[in-house]
Amino acid sequence: MIDNPYQNQDVIRNALNAKRIALVGLSANELRASSFVGRYLLFHGYDVVPVNPNEESILGRKSYPSLSDIPEKVDIVDVFRHPSAVPAIAEEAKAVGANCLWLQFGVISEEGAELASKGGLDVVMDRCLKVEHARYLGRMHWLGFNTGRITARRA
Amino acid sequence: MTDHEFGFATRTVHAGSRPDPATGARALPIYQTTSYVFENTESAAAYFNLQEYGNTYSRIMNPTVAAFEERVANLDGGAGAVAFASGLAAQSAALFTLLRPGDHVIASSALYGGTITQLKHFLGKLSVGLSFVDPDDIEAWRSEINGDTKLLFAETIGNPGGNVLDIESVAELAHAHDCPLMIDNTFATPFLCRPLEWGADIVVYSATKFLGGHGTSLGGVVVDSGEFNWSNGRFPVVADPSPAYHGLSFHETFGVYGYLTKLRAETLRDLGAAISPFNAFLLGQGIETLPLRMRQHVANAMTVAEFLHEHPGVDRVSYPGLPDSPYHELADKYLPDGSGAVFCFDLPGGREHGLRFIESLSLFSHLANVGDAKSLVIHPASTTHRQLNDNELAAAGISPGTVRLSIGIEDAGDLIWDLSEGLNALRDVS
Repeated sequence: MIDNPYQNQDVIRNALNAKRIALVGLSANELRASSFVGRYLLFHGYDVVPVNPNEESILGRKSYPSLSDIPEKVDIVDVFRHPSAVPAIAEEAKAVGANCLWLQFGVISEEGAELASKGGLDVVMDRCLKVEHARYLGRMHWLGFNTGRITARRA
Repeated sequence: MTDHEFGFATRTVHAGSRPDPATGARALPIYQTTSYVFENTESAAAYFNLQEYGNTYSRIMNPTVAAFEERVANLDGGAGAVAFASGLAAQSAALFTLLRPGDHVIASSALYGGTITQLKHFLGKLSVGLSFVDPDDIEAWRSEINGDTKLLFAETIGNPGGNVLDIESVAELAHAHDCPLMIDNTFATPFLCRPLEWGADIVVYSATKFLGGHGTSLGGVVVDSGEFNWSNGRFPVVADPSPAYHGLSFHETFGVYGYLTKLRAETLRDLGAAISPFNAFLLGQGIETLPLRMRQHVANAMTVAEFLHEHPGVDRVSYPGLPDSPYHELADKYLPDGSGAVFCFDLPGGREHGLRFIESLSLFSHLANVGDAKSLVIHPASTTHRQLNDNELAAAGISPGTVRLSIGIEDAGDLIWDLSEGLNALRDVS
């Protein structure tokens, strides 16, 4: 985990301070992983912005056709798309001034990650935003998952 | 804060148990409660829908139990763990979650008697086919694989024969056939061997034994690596939309946490074999001294094995740590810090001498358990492996004169004194 330049603990923890998160490829199907992530992030107070050209609204939020259509500044661009779509999304994320490109489990694109990183964005790859929130700030430990967190400090 | 990899002993004490955020309690609080008040109706729905990590009912999750689960998962390097009321309950649930009628399992023939019975009869009732194989013979494993084979199963250190499994080879074979490998690591504990690091996919424990370490509490735990691809087309029972959870596809939705989530949200929910929070507390506390205890267990075991090996009144000592053990090389590879503390030896006088020997001991406790701080002794043919026929006994490495020892953490000299008294009693009567 430590060897992967795009799974840095400090970068991940810092990203969790975001306010507005665009979910690129968020599904309207409530049984899909992206829907679980979106709902979880809403539950924890993030301003979730769906990006999916095929839907008017998802999880009760207006869905935008692309990142550049979102009127407000986005902190994290969280990607649920095929890896081949990532380089173009990375360029768009740079253009709209996002702080972080986050690629979900299995969304592995060295090219996209490098593009975003060179453009000054923090990059997290092959990690789930919901899981990392649950690991550091949430309650993943309530269900016996290995958070890897060792601390004697009171939360 | 910088990334830091904590050592094993640090993790035995800290993993899973951070200061209680509500009270600051440093020891793990015992949450002796059946149920949990929801913040609001929205939270309640989110918890039941698995959209948020939340406590609903202690048959399915409990914060004290969760701390114990995370501790074991952390020590084994797994994605997570689910605890159960006993080792056999954990094993039943681990099997039940991934198998369905018509599937086939290949298991080592050298297993704990309770496991052999469970595999043969419990799985048989569920119409799951089963082949037992000599665990030392990789070709035997290979030759039993068929199109329905969904699981390979063995113990790190066979109970009680002391077989050491070539985990890496069996894992490779399993994966070549798109099957997971499940390992019962009860005798080794994560201190001596971490099967996931050698390619195993799921690890099960009777935590009642060395993890808890004091013979006070029953408990079992299943650890999953999260790395097996349940969506390879062979495990619809894990991968397909589940009718038992409103159409949820556990592996697709939860990825590396898919099997564990199904194991908890469905199997534990439905089988109901939940561990009590108090037992989880005691077992978790036991783990805090696991490295200290295991070092003493294996040092004592080696001393006692060498003593018996040299003794003229003893036929065969099956301790993998002995230089002339057929498993010595595998033990060097998989168990470099010691070959556990449970092993057998044979008395030439057969069953009668086995029983008389046990009756002559005064420090070893005669009982049906292993992995206690106290030294234990039993005669497998008349107790733990009683349900097995002669062929099965032989396949498990047990003869009528076999005596099983579980070496505790007392002074080794006192253990040798007691065993000498027992062996002398045989000499006097023969």
